[in-house]
Amino acid sequence: MLLIRLIFKNAFRHRLRSILTIVGVAVALLAFGLMRTVLDAWHAGVSASSANRLVTRNAVSLTQPLPYAYKGRIRQVSGISAVAAGNWFGGVYLDEKNFFANFVVEAEDFFKLYPELVVPPAEAKAFTMDRKGAIIGRKLADRFHWRIGDTVTLRGTIFPGQWPMTIRAIYKGARPDTDETVLYFHWAYLDETMKKRAPSRAGQTGFFMIGIDDATRAAEISKAIDDTFVNSQAETLTETERAFQLGFVSMSEAILLAITAVSYVVILIILAVAANTMAMSARERAGEFAVLKTLGFRAPLLGTMLLCESLILSMTGAALAMALLPPLAGFFTTFLAQYFPIFFVSRTTIVMGLGFGVAVGVCAAAVPAARVGSVRIAEAFRRIG
Amino acid sequence: MDAPLIEIAHLSKSYRRGDQVIPVLSDITFDIAAGEFLALIGPSGSGKSTLLNCIAGIDAVDAGAVVIAGTDITGLTEGALASWRSRHVGFIFQFYNLIPVLSALENVELPLLLTSLSARERREHALAALAAVGLPDRTDHKPSQLSGGQQQRVAIARAIVTDPDIIVADEPTGDLDRQSAADIMALLGQLNSQLKKTIVMVTHDPRAAEAAHLVRELDKGELRVAH
Repeated sequence: MLLIRLIFKNAFRHRLRSILTIVGVAVALLAFGLMRTVLDAWHAGVSASSANRLVTRNAVSLTQPLPYAYKGRIRQVSGISAVAAGNWFGGVYLDEKNFFANFVVEAEDFFKLYPELVVPPAEAKAFTMDRKGAIIGRKLADRFHWRIGDTVTLRGTIFPGQWPMTIRAIYKGARPDTDETVLYFHWAYLDETMKKRAPSRAGQTGFFMIGIDDATRAAEISKAIDDTFVNSQAETLTETERAFQLGFVSMSEAILLAITAVSYVVILIILAVAANTMAMSARERAGEFAVLKTLGFRAPLLGTMLLCESLILSMTGAALAMALLPPLAGFFTTFLAQYFPIFFVSRTTIVMGLGFGVAVGVCAAAVPAARVGSVRIAEAFRRIG
Repeated sequence: MDAPLIEIAHLSKSYRRGDQVIPVLSDITFDIAAGEFLALIGPSGSGKSTLLNCIAGIDAVDAGAVVIAGTDITGLTEGALASWRSRHVGFIFQFYNLIPVLSALENVELPLLLTSLSARERREHALAALAAVGLPDRTDHKPSQLSGGQQQRVAIARAIVTDPDIIVADEPTGDLDRQSAADIMALLGQLNSQLKKTIVMVTHDPRAAEAAHLVRELDKGELRVAH
């Protein structure tokens, strides 16, 4: 107990310095945690991907459409359980600042493909039956205070004109990483309208969402689909949903790399600050360490005491940061909802934060502990007089 | 007089300052009997403290042997030496060198952490040591709340709490007023006469030296009997 008391008393001997170090570690790890959460949010689509889903798009580019007629031929490929046409709609609600993702889908197969979208059966049926119906996520409904039966009009950007629709269903995510900020409406509504407004753009779709029975056959089925359309006017590229989502993420690779680098630089900076604190603390107490050595305390024990002091400071900071991180992330969610629909602190981030707390504590004490161990008693006494 | 407890044979020690080698002790040979109270005197830089440090096993020698109770401590590893010090030597410093964040009782208890005593036994031993130096009512005081003389008494209690064979004292009265110095010397005298502790003391203070049985003077690294 006396040894533990001595370690704690030494850790907080210079109260202001200790508090500033703890606050420094906490702020750095908070920043690290928030940046990790942003990165997680960026990858949310990837982590929410299912191994049993493939996406087929135009081999030239995602912006190039595919003939809707491909659906039937895709359906004939062995191992496929469901196929749904889909398209990024890019509609705007009243103003650009009200951004949210909106897609057209084929309702029946879409619900089979995305069981993580939990919809009351009656609402799902109502949506399926109403060609001008829409289904929205719970968070999107909360954001605009929309209710079932409300009429929402989107202004098309890719598909010009006003697009009124009625909210028929509100879905909830079955998993925490399910995006609840999306609006889906019927591909048929889009297609029928385009037949009237711009017939040349009718009968097309942006991509096909495909369900497969056996995830281990993903590569084989993808190749089979693409082989079906080789040398056609619109060759296809089929990949797993995960690879498809990663394709989006990789567009922002430079930004993500920068955020990752900054998050680690922050850790390095606080490591330098903590190491300086421990070095100062050890230097100031060189005489006391010499006394303890004189009394018979061995170098490993003294080094361990210093290490414990360092860990007390760094882990207090880390625990503080990890306790504050979830509520802080929750606070940011309010402002970032339109950019990061999935913004929550993952368990991995908490573990990493605490892990870096330990690492900072150990690394900060390493050099001072080694020095304390190698101090020659007589020389230390000569220096302190 | 008892058989020698400390046998020093042909001890030499020098320090390096850059390329320069500064001899401090040269070919020192003498014995200290068990129960002796020896004062080492001499001018500054004569090597008194260095000799004391070599006897206490906190400084390495260049040549020669320091045999204490049959053990040549110059051949011990650093770890073994630390363990030996904790069992055989009590230290008293000029500036007390107490740990400022600990109470008097905790400071005295500190060396006992290296023993196998239980927490209760450690506390009992520390209380007894503080009582022996006349500070039974200052257990919870921090060093900063004690006078210089009281701090030195706590330091003496810390030195005797493990019941060592030898007490080494480096200028124990150097930072004290005359009365406190006299009290401390009286206390060391008691430890020597009543508890039969072998004391080796370095001092500049002639009054302190008078309390010793034997005074040896170091001058230019060589030792001679003063009186």
